[in-house]
Amino acid sequence: MPADAIVQVRGVGKSYDGGVEALREVNLELPTGRLSTLLGPSGCGKTTLLKIIAGLIAPTGGEVWVKGKKVEGPGPERAFVFQDFALLPWANVLRNVAFGLELRGLAWEERAKIARDYIGRVGLKGFEASYPHQLSGGMRQRVGLARALAVDADILLMDEPFSSVDEQTRRKFQEDLLALLQVERKTVIFVTHSIEEAAYLSDQIVLLSPRPGTVSRIIRPDIERGGTSPDEIRRDKNYLDVVDEIWQILKRYVD
Amino acid sequence: MNRKEPILKRSLVWQLISFALFFGLWELAGRWPVSLAFPSFSKTFLALVRITADGSLPKAYLVTLQPLLIGIALCGIAGIGFGIGMGLSRAIEWASLPLFIILQAAPMAAIIPLITYIYGIGLTAKVLAVVFLAAPVVVMNSYKGIRNTNPSLIQMCRSFLGTRRQEVIKIILPHAGALIFAGLRLGLAMGFIGVVIAELLITPTGIGDLITYHSSVADYPEMFATIVSIIVIAALAIHGLERLEQKIFPPEIRGS
Ligand SMILES: Nc1ncnc2c1ncn2[C@@H]1O[C@H](COP(=O)(O)OP(=O)(O)OP(=O)(O)O)[C@@H](O)[C@H]1O
Ligand SMILES: [Mg+2]
Repeated sequence: MPADAIVQVRGVGKSYDGGVEALREVNLELPTGRLSTLLGPSGCGKTTLLKIIAGLIAPTGGEVWVKGKKVEGPGPERAFVFQDFALLPWANVLRNVAFGLELRGLAWEERAKIARDYIGRVGLKGFEASYPHQLSGGMRQRVGLARALAVDADILLMDEPFSSVDEQTRRKFQEDLLALLQVERKTVIFVTHSIEEAAYLSDQIVLLSPRPGTVSRIIRPDIERGGTSPDEIRRDKNYLDVVDEIWQILKRYVD
Repeated sequence: MNRKEPILKRSLVWQLISFALFFGLWELAGRWPVSLAFPSFSKTFLALVRITADGSLPKAYLVTLQPLLIGIALCGIAGIGFGIGMGLSRAIEWASLPLFIILQAAPMAAIIPLITYIYGIGLTAKVLAVVFLAAPVVVMNSYKGIRNTNPSLIQMCRSFLGTRRQEVIKIILPHAGALIFAGLRLGLAMGFIGVVIAELLITPTGIGDLITYHSSVADYPEMFATIVSIIVIAALAIHGLERLEQKIFPPEIRGS
């Protein structure tokens, strides 16, 4: 058991009321300061696992430990980025980004200052007063990301954050996320459907089997990121090998 | 904005045409005549001017609006409060939801003679008639507004360490606002029905009295003028509330 695992998932299982067994005996370790992706076929329990780690859903078996403490509910060291954004439709971008801080009771001045900073960092400067319905899907997701960054949690839990944007925007987001993480040094757990996305972003890829989801394989791509341009990474031999390796495994699940 | 204006103007023209058509047909039907008791539009209109000028119509409204406003205010405070309580607490929901589902489906007007039997024929009975008709829709709308809160927003609030109190104040109530307000508007519509029925069935006062009186002395234009006036006033009040609702809760920033 590596000492620097910030999140440990021990024998987690989850059966929903009504008998759907979403997860069975999941064991996982997520290293500090690294980006891990959860990858697997639709309905294999990725969202369920992420929400169990977030403390939003209680597992029916096993336990999750975060920073040496057993998870009993949400905590300040974890922040969630929702697949459906979960923005307040009646609040503007500034209030949405500051919402986590608002719940923590920070004074308006203080939280607005922090929120403005993160709005700038995710590239939404000038949209502080816009409402979610005035933004594109990609921009809404950036608001959700800024909200999660603003509470300064150590662990970011992201549920398919880039699934609702087109391919160009998606690539831009991926690059922005990597750049942001270089500055912020956070641990990220990232759910995705996309093999390329997983290979491009991850330090560790967790492949889940179809329902009931279990860990079928863990892949640690060895891709040189420092200093290389995104396009070089996408031509990197290791990158292409990882994509192919994942595809060979997932292919068996799609029949 | 610029593209909207001609459409608005055009729809106004159509509205005027449809009104003109309606009044024209009414005039024809009155002159034909459909029935001796059915006055033409022009006769009704003149009668309306008459009873307004002699003060009998305004005086009747002062009397009628009293139980209506008291009843709606009661529903607004207690009904919304109760509906919110039902939405937030499983125990209150369990104890009272079946009752309100039955009340909402029941023809509540049938209960009015019972109210008279217990509370007599005064203001209390009329207020109760308004409350009984308006409360179910007010309560149920508030309840549904609370219950339909987007679960993902609640999870978001919890994941950012919101307390239950913050969840209610910052997510659930703003989310339910539009539906609660709509419930109040529907309640007002029911309240108008309740107050008129009460005035016709319990004791003839206000508008109900005016209708009964003119009908008994065969002043059909006056009777019709009174009926039309209450329909128009109710329609305008409810339309006004609807406009206000659109303004406070524009669809794009609504929760649902
Ligand atoms: N609240 C719930 N009640 C009952 N069953 C559920 C519930 N949520 C999820 N499930 C079931 O559990 C399984 C796993 O769901 P989950 O959302 O975790 O999958 P996923 O891997 O995130 O899928 P996707 O890739 O489509 O987002 C699915 O079969 C789903 O139908
Ligand atoms: Mg999912």
